[in-house]
Amino acid sequence: MENRIQQLFAQKPKGLLSVYFTAGFPSLEDTVPIILELEKNGVDLIEIGMPFSDPLADGPTIQQSSEVAIRNGMTIPKLFAQLQDIRQHTQIPLVLMGYLNPVMQYGVERFMQKASELGIDGLILPDLPLSDYVREYKELFEQNGLSNIFLITPQTPEQRIREIDAHTNGFIYMVSSASVTGSTTGQSVVNTGYFERVNGMGLRNPGIIGFGIHNHETFTQACNHASGAIIGSAFIKALAKEGSLTENISTFIQSIRQNEIA
Amino acid sequence: MKYSVDENGFYGKFGGAYVPEMLFPNVEELRENYLKIMAEPDFQEEMQSLLRDYVGRPTPLYFAKRLSEKYNTNIYLKREDLNHTGAHKINNTIGQILLAKRLGKTRIIAETGAGQHGVATATVCALMNLECIVYMGEVDIERQAPNVARMNMLGATVVPAASGSKTLKDATNEAIRDWINNPEDTYYIIGSVVGPHPYPDMVARFQAVISEEMKAQLLEKTGSENPDYVVACVGGGSNAAGAFYHYLDTPEVKLVAVEAAGLGIDSGESAATSVLGKEGIIHGSRTLLMQTEDGQVTEPYSISAGLDYPGVGPLHAHLHQSGRAIFESITDEEALQAVLELTRLEGIIPALETAHALAAIGRLGAKPEEVVVINLSGRGDKDLATYLDRFNFDGK
Ligand SMILES: Cc1ncc(COP(=O)(O)O)c(C=O)c1O
Repeated sequence: MENRIQQLFAQKPKGLLSVYFTAGFPSLEDTVPIILELEKNGVDLIEIGMPFSDPLADGPTIQQSSEVAIRNGMTIPKLFAQLQDIRQHTQIPLVLMGYLNPVMQYGVERFMQKASELGIDGLILPDLPLSDYVREYKELFEQNGLSNIFLITPQTPEQRIREIDAHTNGFIYMVSSASVTGSTTGQSVVNTGYFERVNGMGLRNPGIIGFGIHNHETFTQACNHASGAIIGSAFIKALAKEGSLTENISTFIQSIRQNEIA
Repeated sequence: MKYSVDENGFYGKFGGAYVPEMLFPNVEELRENYLKIMAEPDFQEEMQSLLRDYVGRPTPLYFAKRLSEKYNTNIYLKREDLNHTGAHKINNTIGQILLAKRLGKTRIIAETGAGQHGVATATVCALMNLECIVYMGEVDIERQAPNVARMNMLGATVVPAASGSKTLKDATNEAIRDWINNPEDTYYIIGSVVGPHPYPDMVARFQAVISEEMKAQLLEKTGSENPDYVVACVGGGSNAAGAFYHYLDTPEVKLVAVEAAGLGIDSGESAATSVLGKEGIIHGSRTLLMQTEDGQVTEPYSISAGLDYPGVGPLHAHLHQSGRAIFESITDEEALQAVLELTRLEGIIPALETAHALAAIGRLGAKPEEVVVINLSGRGDKDLATYLDRFNFDGK
C-alpha cells in the first residue's frame, strides 16, 4: 500500500514545497495550528522537527528553536499527544525529523508503532547510519508503513547514492551544499553539476532539495533540478516575527510561491 | 571478553559511527586509511622521531617515595606532565597531524575543554605550518585563560562556543558543524577517545605509547611488566585508554578509571558518566551519556574543564559494563586536596584533571607490597588561577 508521501509524488512530480518546523516553537501548543495553516496555504509536505539538545547538523536558527522548544516542554510523548487526532483534520503527508538519541530513549520499536498509529508517513533521522538501518530497522519501518528518508550531499559517492536509493521508498533528501542547516551565503543554491549528476543516475526515488532554500528565487532554482524543495530555517525565522502565526505563515508561503499556482 | 574494536567500530555494543550523511565521506575516508597509513614505515619513523626529539618521550616513570609512604604502598607516577605542552594530549596530535598531512588536508580544526588539546593541536599546526581553528566553550575560555593565550601565541584562532553549557560538549558540537561546512580541505583532530569510529580506536592507538613505555619501565624497576593497579582520570578517556591499552587483556592488572563527581554524585552538578549516564548517542558514538528521560543531553559540571563532559568514550563504556575497569568518582574538593598533597609531598603541581586520579589512591586498598601506577596526565600551570583562588597560602 502506498503511503501519503508516495501518493503525493505520483500525483505531483514537480514544484513541491516541503516545510520544516520545530515542534514546540514558538509556543508549546503551536504544533497542530502550524500544520493546519501550512496545509491551508498550499504546502505539499510537512516535516515536524523533534527538538534535540545537541543538533549537530543544524545551524544557529534551528539550534535556537530547538532550545526554546525543549524549554517550553516539548518531548516525544507530548508531541504524540498533540498529534493524536491529526488525521481527522488533514491528510497532508507528515514526516517526523529528529536525532536518534531521543528516539532511542523512547524505544525505537515503540516509536515506530506509535508514529504509524497516528498516521505519520515517514521519518528523517540524520544520524541513523544506513548500515544500522538496513541491519536493524528496515523491517520495522516497512511493517509500520513508514518511509525512511536519507540525506545525500555533493560529496556522497555514486555507489552510496545507489545503495540509499535501493533502501528507501519515499524520496531522497538532496542537501544542496556542504553545510549545516540555515546557511544562506550567496543567493544561489544551484549546484548544477551535482543535481544533474544525481538526476542522470536514473534513481527510482524522486529527490527534493533542502538546506539554504530561503526565498522565491532559491525555491524556484531548486525546483528546476528536483521534484521540489524543503524550507526550514527561513520558515522558523518567519515564525519568530511579530504578528500572528496565521499571518506570518501565509505571508511567508506567499513570498515563496509568489504567482505560482500551489 | 574482547576489548579491541571490531570491524564495525564497536566495543561490545558501544561505539559505531552515528553521523549525519554530510560527515559520512570524511569519516569513511579516515576509516579506510588510518590503519594503513599508521603502518607505513615512513609514518612510524616520522612519528617516533617527533615523539622522541620534540615531545620528549619516553616520559619518566617516577617512584613517588613520600606519596608511597603516606599510603603504605608502592606508587609510581607516569610523567605525561613532562611532555612538551604539559600533558598527554600531544601524543595524539602528533599522530593525527601526520595523518592529516598524508590525506592532503590543509585546514585543521579541534575542540578543547581544558585547552590542553587545543594547545597541543595549535603546537603541531605551527610545526607543520597548517591553519588551525580551535573551538572552546565560553566558560572554559574564562577558566583556562593561560591556554587560550598559548593558542593565540601559536597562531591558532580560538572560536568561542556559546551554546548549551558553553563547555567541552558544545565546543565539540561546533567543531563537528565546522567539519560539515568544510568537508574537503579540513581535518578534525579529536582530542579524546570519543566521536565516531575510527576516532576512539585511532586516538587510543596514539596514546598507547603510555602503557607501552610503562611496561618496559616497570620491568626494569620492579622486575615485572605488570603493576597491580593502573589509575587514570577520565574525561573522554584518552589518557586512561593509553595507560590501560597494553593491559586490557591482562586481567590481573586492575584498571581504575576516575571520573569527576563535581559537587557530588547526587548534587545535580556532576560529570560522573558511569554512574549517572545511560546508553545513548553523543558526538557520533553509542556510549554512556548523561541525559534526561527524554533523551536530551544533560549539562555536566566539574571544576576541571577537561573532565566536564556528559559522555565517555565507547571503550570505557564497554570496560565499565563488562566490569574490566573499576570506576571511581572524585569531587571537586577531594581533587583540590590531592593537588596540594602531591605538590607538598613530591614537588609536582598536577593538573586539576589529573588530581582526580591522585585522589582515588586512598580508595584502592592497595597493600604494602603492591604496585600502583598513576597516570600523571598533565601539569597544573593552566590551573594556577583556580589554585590561588581556592587555597589560602597565608602563613602556610
Ligand atoms: C591534563 C589532562 N588530563 C586529562 C584530561 C581528560 O581527557 P582524557 O580523558 O581524554 O584523557 C585532560 C583534558 O583536557 C587534560 O588536560
